Amino acid sequence: MALSKKTLIHMFETMNRIRLFEQQLQEFFAAGEIPGFVHLYLGEEAVATGACSALTETDMMTSTHRGHGHLLAKGGDLKLMMAEIFGRQTGYCKGKGGSMHIADLDLGILGANGIVGGGGPLAVGAAFAAKYKKSDQVALCFFGDGASNQGTTQEALNMASAWKLPLVFVNENNGYGISCPQCKSMAVVDIADRAAAYDMPGVVVDGNDVLAVHEAVSEAVKRARNGEGPSLIECKTYRWRGHFEGDACVYRCAEELEEWMAKDPIPRFEAKLLESKTLSKKDVAAIKERIAKDVDEAVAFAKESPMPQTSALMDDVYA
Amino acid sequence: MSEKTYLQALNDALRQEMERDENVFILGEDVGQFGGCFGVTQGLFETFGEERVKDTPITESAIVGAAGGAAVAGLRPVAELMFVDFIGVAMDQLFNQAAKMRFMFGGKATVPMTLRMPQGAGIGAAAQHSQSLESWFMHIPGLKVVIPSTPYDAKGLLISAIRDDNPVIFLEHKLLYGISGEVPDESYTIDIGKADIKREGTDVTIVATSLMVHSALDAADKLQAEGISAEVVDPRCLQPLDSETIVNSVKKTHALVIAHEAVQFAGPGAEIAAMVAEEALDYLDAPIKRVGAPFCPVPFSPPLEQFYIPDSGNIVEAVKRIR
Repeated sequence: MALSKKTLIHMFETMNRIRLFEQQLQEFFAAGEIPGFVHLYLGEEAVATGACSALTETDMMTSTHRGHGHLLAKGGDLKLMMAEIFGRQTGYCKGKGGSMHIADLDLGILGANGIVGGGGPLAVGAAFAAKYKKSDQVALCFFGDGASNQGTTQEALNMASAWKLPLVFVNENNGYGISCPQCKSMAVVDIADRAAAYDMPGVVVDGNDVLAVHEAVSEAVKRARNGEGPSLIECKTYRWRGHFEGDACVYRCAEELEEWMAKDPIPRFEAKLLESKTLSKKDVAAIKERIAKDVDEAVAFAKESPMPQTSALMDDVYA
Repeated sequence: MSEKTYLQALNDALRQEMERDENVFILGEDVGQFGGCFGVTQGLFETFGEERVKDTPITESAIVGAAGGAAVAGLRPVAELMFVDFIGVAMDQLFNQAAKMRFMFGGKATVPMTLRMPQGAGIGAAAQHSQSLESWFMHIPGLKVVIPSTPYDAKGLLISAIRDDNPVIFLEHKLLYGISGEVPDESYTIDIGKADIKREGTDVTIVATSLMVHSALDAADKLQAEGISAEVVDPRCLQPLDSETIVNSVKKTHALVIAHEAVQFAGPGAEIAAMVAEEALDYLDAPIKRVGAPFCPVPFSPPLEQFYIPDSGNIVEAVKRIR
């Protein structure tokens, strides 16, 4: 493990930030304080954190409808995210996007996406722009197991490979496309096998092991930056919550959930950090306390922020 | 100024914008050495090379989506689909992604892409290669819709489209590629959203787009011979729509006929008619008449296809019914 202590701690903080952020959303959604849908990322924190920690701030990223984790891992601002999800004027998108459409172009975040499979072609365009401008940037495309079956994803894999673009496809295989389990939606066991069809590396990693994700994505980022083209990394993980908050999850059994919750990526990473003496128990407690405070502040910021003015409705339809 | 075809005018616009701004590049099916399905990109591959004139696989979602992604990431893509009919394959990348990014992201994204698509019937290409789909695009906030009828307009509007910071749908008509007209050699722009009065008249306003502008001008000649003076207004862009020019013309002539090749039902004429009814009903001396294609797919066999496409005779007939 060649990662610096600083990086490891940052990764641990990021995972905890995502966890707490999502837990807060879960509560506020249940209390009826958040409009629309929220798709929580609980249980999948290692994927976003491992993948984004392999990127620089100027690298670009497309996300999914389950995007909060990706955005936070890429450096998204807690307060602006929370305010957006609460539909406030101060949010990332001035209350016009909501949970599924948060973007931060300054951080290369080209947006969460409400359409399953919507991000692949956009990531191709972003990677093409990086290559065209010789900017040394890499684009990363998060997509789920459901999106892996969309034509857009296959088109994006093909075009990225044909053009040898600096693009890393990170598949989050959480086992379900809404309610449909993988065994009913595809014949392959490993989505990474599909990489062979596009002549790119296809790698399966334990998506609940943040270091394994980091290592695989770092290798793919290196390839991409060297002009060797795209890669496909499949991260096997699990969605603790339903597809959306309020989903009764009748399609899966409690045992399966328990089994996966026992593989919680956060205590697992915490144990490693304690064992290697990267962090002490006291450090861990301090980190968690600080993050809890940050998330509380974000919630307070969101709740205290004004709702958008209806007079601003027509702003930003056109440039 | 020299005589150029509509096709050469478009090619001029692409070449001059690529020379002016290195962020402009072209992508699409067969746009490279092949020169584009109808020849619009001819010679550009030889001048600007493979990185700037990108042949793509036949995957319309990836073409339109890559254009959107590249635009957000700082380039100015000009994407071509061989036929407008293929946009159905890629519609999500256009109307959910490119068109909405700026608004959904609270104004932070800018999506300066142009999507060129030939449309229209008349070459025996049948139902999946001949449609006129402008009303689909007019209905999507975030898109601009440009539909030039002359070589002069084609060049100036394409240059404006490429420089525009929004996704612009640029609809060319297959039967117009070969028509000629005076086109300046130098670069120039035409404001997107500014209609053009193609012929002045006093008795009836004919609002016509694309190929129908030429049919309307022909109809105006025939009407003139019968003592009816028709004013022909070409909106040139359907979104934004220059309602002021149209309404002013109707206030002068007191009668309105709208002609387009798109299916008449829920076509662009429905919007123009409703707009005029809302803003200038009291000026109208007669009901508004629309001329559009019948509500059926474009047929293959030549007599059926010719019957399907509205012509100057249909426009003359519509005018006579109200004058």
